[in-house]
Amino acid sequence: MSYDPAAESVSIARLKPSYGLFINGDFTVPSAHDAFVTLNPATEAPLANVAQGSGADVDRAVKAARKAYDTVWSKTTGAERSKYLFRIARLIQERSRELAVVETLDNGKPIRESRDVDIPLAAAHFFYYAGWADKLDYAGYGANPRPLGVAGQIIPWNFPLLMAAWKLAPALAAGNTCVLKPAETTPLSALVLAEIIQQAGLPDGVVNIVTGDGSTGAALVDHPDVNKIAFTGSTEVGRLIQQRVATTQKHLTLELGGKGANIVFEDAPVDEMIEGIIDGIFFNQGHVCCAGSRLLVQESVADEVLRRLIRRVDQLRVGDPLDKNTDVGAINSAAQLARIKELTEYGEVEGATRYTSTCVLPDKGYWFAPTVFADVAQSHRIAREEIFGPVLSVLTFRTPEEAVAKANNTNYGLACGVWSEKGSRTLWVAERLRAGVIWANTYNRFDPTSPFGGVRESGFGREGGRHGLEAYLNV
Amino acid sequence: MCQVSTAPLRLVTSDDRGVQLPADTTRPVVESETALKAMLSGLSGVDSVGAEARAAKLATRSLKKSTKLWALDLAISMVDLTTLEGGDTHGRVTSLCTKAMHPDASDPSVPSVAAVCVYPDLVAHARSVLGASGVKVASVATAFPSGRASLKVKLLDVRDALDAGADEIDMVIDRGAFLSGRVGQVFDEIVAVKDACGAAHLKVILETGELVTYDNVRRASWIGMLGGANFIKTSTGKVGVSSTLPTALVMLEAVRDFAESTGSLVGVKVAGGIRSSKDALRYLVVVNETTGSAWLTPDRFRFGASSLLNDLLMQRLKQRRGAYVRPDEFSGD
Repeated sequence: MSYDPAAESVSIARLKPSYGLFINGDFTVPSAHDAFVTLNPATEAPLANVAQGSGADVDRAVKAARKAYDTVWSKTTGAERSKYLFRIARLIQERSRELAVVETLDNGKPIRESRDVDIPLAAAHFFYYAGWADKLDYAGYGANPRPLGVAGQIIPWNFPLLMAAWKLAPALAAGNTCVLKPAETTPLSALVLAEIIQQAGLPDGVVNIVTGDGSTGAALVDHPDVNKIAFTGSTEVGRLIQQRVATTQKHLTLELGGKGANIVFEDAPVDEMIEGIIDGIFFNQGHVCCAGSRLLVQESVADEVLRRLIRRVDQLRVGDPLDKNTDVGAINSAAQLARIKELTEYGEVEGATRYTSTCVLPDKGYWFAPTVFADVAQSHRIAREEIFGPVLSVLTFRTPEEAVAKANNTNYGLACGVWSEKGSRTLWVAERLRAGVIWANTYNRFDPTSPFGGVRESGFGREGGRHGLEAYLNV
Repeated sequence: MCQVSTAPLRLVTSDDRGVQLPADTTRPVVESETALKAMLSGLSGVDSVGAEARAAKLATRSLKKSTKLWALDLAISMVDLTTLEGGDTHGRVTSLCTKAMHPDASDPSVPSVAAVCVYPDLVAHARSVLGASGVKVASVATAFPSGRASLKVKLLDVRDALDAGADEIDMVIDRGAFLSGRVGQVFDEIVAVKDACGAAHLKVILETGELVTYDNVRRASWIGMLGGANFIKTSTGKVGVSSTLPTALVMLEAVRDFAESTGSLVGVKVAGGIRSSKDALRYLVVVNETTGSAWLTPDRFRFGASSLLNDLLMQRLKQRRGAYVRPDEFSGD
């Protein structure tokens, strides 16, 4: 049975031709030369002009945030802050279809994922932290923990709205004001969020959104009046930020890259495990910091697992992200596509066995067919470097000890998965894995109550849960 | 390697790359209950969170336009139109069979259903009404729905139905025996019933609501298939919990694995609680993406239902006319 096209409508996004910056409660009018174009990666068609925030713009935003903090927000009770957060959460829900289409157009991810995962989780984070705003005394950080002040927040392009929610919700709940810098290739959903923030009546300057490229982010990191920097992105850039912030008084949390190991034992529940491997690496086109990009499969079942996996990979529907039946969408940018291709070609050179889905890719847009490499060794680049695309490296192990050793043999430490029907073994392995997040018989499951973050070169600090408040309190 | 198409952005239509059949069909031999138990415990477990998540994701597939029309007609042709009430009479069965042959009085293009499903003592009458229409007569048997009778009585029940002209037998497994570990007995009964069936098709009802766990559903599926079932079926429709999407998924995965190891293609029938076309189409999606299009035929997939048929007709008409009609547009039975 083949499925006829079932496309969601573009007009629901209500895209504007151009977007200004959101500073001190107002949208600036973008000027012609201080703008860049954001594209739809599935078609390469331009979506809108977006303002390029200058150093002066960042300065204005920080000043607005500082004024809002000093005169309004630090005097707003927790219960009042809750109300704003609840209102924002409800508005996200009310405009969820619009947000989902905007997200899919700007990012390239399937509409099914923006609709069923990104937008609901974004609303959930606001709901969750709304509940904490008036209960900070009970968060385990002592009585009356104080906020840090002005938070500068830089987010990546892989989950644009969700990352904005992960940053803003706890920061606001804890009493901080914010300057948010969305990723260069995915500014639009944050700008719709700015409208929602306006609609919610949040006091001017409490949240400011300044779009732009890397230089805008750098200006924010370097601004002397920012108390806290929160960054999610690549380990390389995270390292640079840490260096720049090192001589200052700024607080810092980093959520960086990973090379997650999805460990499959011979007694794993077969069909669910195959789905879990697929979810682990092809969800969001593999643009996930915690992606299960290494499959460590017990050697005794490796052939059978690979056979089933390849069969399943071939069933993935790759194409128009706006089609409700699409499983895998477009790669976010030409630059990212080039990086994925480079590393994948190297994988063949290194001697791994490559299998690529026989899907047909569209001729326009940035596309990469789901790919699996078998016979990968720990010493291969494709086993060590984060590809950040729909490419899985399959390695084998013989014993649980070897699985743990191989899983830990990386400088990263963000996430791992363990697949077994034997609970005692799952717990034994989990205790020994060096990762911030460990999934048992599942993968890529998120919840605002559950703290997320890495160890070692995957960063430090947690987002979500009670632990997520620590990043925004002076404790 | 991938080919880059010059077509505009279009969705990939996934071909039937599901099942990889072996070159020859082999009938596995079950040596003893011990061997059967070992084989069953060697089967992979089912993670219920994962299975339910997979079913829920498949339920988000959107079937539109010609796919939807085709699927609605296919679903109609897969219905086993059922009446299994103590109060069933010749009159009731006549109505049912007439509807089975021509579901929509105003539209002869509507396909007839696959079969009519009745109790054994109404088989002869159903046969006489259906004649050579092509609609099969399926009979429940083996002390349906409980299965709580001796094997002798159960086999007599089967023979009665066959003598009366049944084309298909829907038997129930002994859940008491299964839950107390007497899998050999469960298996032997299926073999005996299949023997009695001869050329008639055997559907083995697992009564998944009483088996409760997905692991049990998987094991019972294998017992049924090893015993010679032509179809494995979810439920009698007479207990609280009937067919669910994850249950069907687990059964279809078992059917797929059985096909790959033996070459035999066993069908699946879902019954109980399927009332809307939306539900029915979701099942078809699960079939399509688990076992593939070779199972998208009444020879390998059935819906045991009664009120489902009118909803299928309603949706079919709506697709063609663009608007819904009142329920009374269709005959009640």
